[in-house]
Formats: sequence, C-alpha cells, structure tokens
Amino acid sequence: MRTVTYVRALNEALSEEMARDDSVFIIGEEVGGVFGVTRGLDRRYGERRVRCTPISEAAFTGLGVGAAMSGLRPIVEIMYVDFITVCWDQVANQAAKLRYMSGGQVKLPLTIRAQQGNLTREAAQHSQHIEAWFAHTPGLKVVMPATVEDAKGLLKSAIRDDNPVVFLENRLLYELKGPMPRDEYTIPLGVAKIQREGTDITVVATSNALQKSLAAADQIADEVSVEVIDPRTIVPLDTETILASVRKTGRLLVVHDAPARLGFGAEVVRLVTEQAWDALQAAPRVIGGLNLPMPFSPVLEDVCIPDVPRIAETIRQVARS
Amino acid sequence: MKPTTDQMIEMLRTMLTIRHFEVTARTQYGHNRDLGSFLGALHSYEGQEAIAAGSCACLRCDDYVLSSHRGHGHFIAKGGDVKAMLAEILGKESGCSRGRGGSMHMFDVKLGLLGGNGVVGGGIPLALGPAFSAQYRGTDQVSAAFFGEGASSQGVFHEAMNLAALWRLPIIFMCENNRYAVRTPACEGVSVPEISVRAAGYGCPGVTVDGNDPVAVFEATSEAVARARAGDGPSLIEAVAYRQQPHCMVIAENRQEAELEQMRECDPLPNYETRLLTERLIDHQQLQAMKDEVTNLMDEAVAYAEAAPYPDPAAVHDYLWA
Repeated sequence: MRTVTYVRALNEALSEEMARDDSVFIIGEEVGGVFGVTRGLDRRYGERRVRCTPISEAAFTGLGVGAAMSGLRPIVEIMYVDFITVCWDQVANQAAKLRYMSGGQVKLPLTIRAQQGNLTREAAQHSQHIEAWFAHTPGLKVVMPATVEDAKGLLKSAIRDDNPVVFLENRLLYELKGPMPRDEYTIPLGVAKIQREGTDITVVATSNALQKSLAAADQIADEVSVEVIDPRTIVPLDTETILASVRKTGRLLVVHDAPARLGFGAEVVRLVTEQAWDALQAAPRVIGGLNLPMPFSPVLEDVCIPDVPRIAETIRQVARS
Repeated sequence: MKPTTDQMIEMLRTMLTIRHFEVTARTQYGHNRDLGSFLGALHSYEGQEAIAAGSCACLRCDDYVLSSHRGHGHFIAKGGDVKAMLAEILGKESGCSRGRGGSMHMFDVKLGLLGGNGVVGGGIPLALGPAFSAQYRGTDQVSAAFFGEGASSQGVFHEAMNLAALWRLPIIFMCENNRYAVRTPACEGVSVPEISVRAAGYGCPGVTVDGNDPVAVFEATSEAVARARAGDGPSLIEAVAYRQQPHCMVIAENRQEAELEQMRECDPLPNYETRLLTERLIDHQQLQAMKDEVTNLMDEAVAYAEAAPYPDPAAVHDYLWA
C-alpha cells in the first residue's frame, strides 16, 4: 500500500485505462486542469485523446454517446454535476435508453464523470447532490466513491463497463489521503463494503457522508457499536450486504448529503422494511440535506448538510430507541 | 457529382419501396387500432422519399446514420430490412429492435443505422459521435444526421454545428424541411427563409436543394460526403419537400385545398417516374416490374410481421444492465 490523495487515485485510474486501451478518450471543458483529476494527461496522451471542448455540454455529451455506439470508450467530464441539466436529454433519454431500445444491439461503454459537493460557498447552482436523479433513470449505473482506494478501483471498472456509468466524485474528498494498493486492481460495481464492523446499528452512508459517519462512529465508539456500510455504487445496489447487516444489528440509519426527500435513503428504507421487517427493532431513519436550494451565506449553508455531531446524535437516538 | 444511370434507377426503387412501406405501415396501424391495439405514434415519410433516396445513395454501408422520429425512409434507403421494420412497428420479437424500440427507434448496427429518436433534435449531437470516432480511428467513414426544420430551432443543432465545424468532423447535417413542425408552418417557427443560411454562422457550407428531386439531393450530398471524407469538415443541406400526411396518425390536421393541389403536383414519385421514362432510363415494362417487386416485398413483409411472435413478457428485463 502507498498513501495518495483521492484526486491522485482518480488521475492514475484514468492514465492506466488510457494506456491500456486506445479507444479510451477524455472529453470535456478545460480537461487537464480545474480540479486536477485529469492533470498531466493532456501532455501524456495528446490532444487526440484528451479533448478540450467549447462550453457545450449537450454537444460533447451527445458526441460521447454516439462515439460509444461506434467503437470508442469515452469519458465525458461534466465540470460540475449541476451542469448536467443542459445535457440531460443526452444523458437520460439517449445514453440511458439506447442499449435497451436497440434490443441490445449497441454497446454503450460511456463514463460520465462529474464532481458534486458543497461547502465551497458557490451557492445553489454549484452545490447540489443529485445522485437520485441518475439513479431514478433506468439504464444508468451510478458510482459514488468515498475512499482513495475505491476512487481508483471503481473508476477503472466504470471505464471498462459496457453500459453508461455516472461516476460522481466529491470535491471535498479530492485532498483526502488514504492507502492504495501498489499493484493494479479494480473494484467491481455493485459490491458494498463494510467500512467498520459493529453490532448495535447499521449506518449506510455514501460519498463524503461516509467519511462523516465513520468520524461519528469513532466519537461514540464507547457508547454504541456502529457498523458502517458504503454501498459504493447506488446502482447497482448491493442489497444483500445491507440486509445482512440489518438482520444482525436490528437498526438502520442512512446518511447522505442529498436531500432526504425521495432520496437514496428512502429507497434503502423501502428495501429494508420490505425485506427485513421482522429484523427491525426500531424505526429506520434517514438524515439528508435540507430541501432547499443551497444558500450562499456560509452561516446558512452550514446548517443544510448533515455534520458529524448531528450524525453521532442520531446514531445514539436510533441505537437507544 | 451526378448519379450514374444505375444509381438513378435504384433511387426510384428506394422511393417506391419507402412509399409502399408507409402505405402498408399505415394500413397495418389502422387495422390494429380497429382491433383495439393502439401502436403509439406513426410518422409517415410520404412526400420526403427523394431526400432519403438521394442522400443515402451517396453513403457506404459502413457510414453512419442517426435518424429522426420520422425515420422509416432513412432505414430503407440505407439498406434496412422491411420485414424487420414492419415487425418492429407491430412490436414483435423479430423486429429490428426486438420490439423494444418501435417505429421511432429502429436500429441495424451492421448497416450503421444507430437509431431514430423520439426527441426532436436529440439525434443531432449523437451523430457527432460516429464522426468523431471515424476521425479518431483514422477511417474515412462519415456520419449523417437527419432532422426536420423544426429541429433546427433546437439548441443542440447549433451546438453540434459549432463543434463539428470547429473540429472539422466528417458529418452531414441533413435538414429535411417538410414545411411543418407538427402543425406549425416553417414560416412561423424558423427565423430565416432558408435554413441553409444558418451554416454560415458556423463557418461551414450550407445549401438549399429541391427535396422532391432525388438527383438534386444526390448532387448536394455527394459533394458534402466528398468534403467530409477528405477531412474538410461538415456541411448543412436543407432539402425542401412536403410532408403529405399529418405529423403522426393521432393528430388531425386541416390544410388548404390549394396547398394540397400544389402538393400533388410536386409529389416526388410520379414526377421522378416520368423523368426516368422521358429520359429513357427505364421503360414502362421495367417500371411495372419494379412496382410488382415492391408490392410483393410488402406482401411478404406483412405476412412475416403478422406471423412473428411477440416478445416473451418474462424477457422484459433483457438488454438492460443497470
């Protein structure tokens, strides 16, 4: 193992897959720069394979979908996930559906990378967590790496997948340091990871909420034995790992930064209440972001997203109920 | 480039096949509706046959076509199988998209047919992909995007023109001006009298041709294809024709009698038949033989599509992996 940053892990995944397969190319605005994920790849692989576009998401995302149908393996970068709205037709009506609508004739090996997150004080059009939009669209896989090791292994699998994959990074994790295997590896899509074992309560958390949940579990380790599960991919979802954990602990809390209303947490609660009702010893809970466009003022933004103390307190409440 | 005699005759066969297919499809659609089975929207290509026939005659088998919601003509002109098309329209497993796509979503990857589209303009940015792919792989394949004049007001049309011109992608933007966007006349929906002038805004060639004349369409397309294959980038062709049927089979339309009279006069099929007879490229006997062949082909397609089994409902999840 060696210690690297999340952004470095992503960069290595891209570089390795580009070295491995000439059909892999990157297309997007300012690629090679901005958040550093693609840094240096333009110099290493040249303009043919690292293509800076005009500010034209619908055109270059559509290009990616069409290129995927005609023999290439595109990686489309959307600088901020919020901008997906201007190419939503290409994502939801085209990329997600064409494999099925063609009766399986076309492959669609497309990866759409974007970062989401908040606390950078960029207000409501740069601070959304919208994984549920994608997850609610049949035909898209949705990946949300929360650790350095997963960032690399999951991105390599996303690129090799023959389906459209939405790969959602979290900009608050870019500078996170963590261990990463020295040898080449991939992590399959659809396999959750138990990040912390425990016996009193199951906490399912994604992306940066996973890191906050781990910190909360540490804080109250003397009081509550918390099992923390990272689904890693919300589509496909490793339901079995979650159900097995709830059957063991009897309690469930889901934590994410996206709004709780009609979100991923609601879906996990649905699955658990439908399939493990008898195992539940307390009402399951979800903590998510508030139902608001993200306000600009730092004092307002700070109350919109679950923080470590609130997660810790909610774990206590569910564990005691 | 002018079409050869063989190409001119083949374009007639394509046009006849499209016309007969559309009449057959409408008949089948009505028949099913009478039996209580409603098969969605059906968008007839009648009146626009010369555009698909003239343009696809310039394409190779390994070139790509991204079609629109009104795509039956493109499919036939690119070499698609009419039996599989009719089976698709009836929702059968042996349809060209295994009954998962329907009239607006016909695929035949072997022929470079990467589907129609249910979103007006939705296929235009998709067509950039195969063009980029050809350039990336270093082949001389081209990509053709077919869309109506209504789609030329969508943002994606302008974004795609800009990107294609910027990167000199081998793509032909084929705008079929059939005079109506659903029921809105072109003059009420497009800010310029000729859509081809929009090409100038992106620094690429644009031309307006008579979309009732397959030879005019062929000449314009062959130039555009040659430019694309040579690495000189995209072209916009506006082919002006007249959509003879309503937007689809579920929206009633009332048009003026004078307009309909004019439509009959400019119907591409009888005019092109007359031209080939007058220029002695074909005789009456050959024409009749061609029509008989097309009629037989449609009879076979109907028999095939009607007899074909529906997909197994237990297989509804097939072909989706996410």
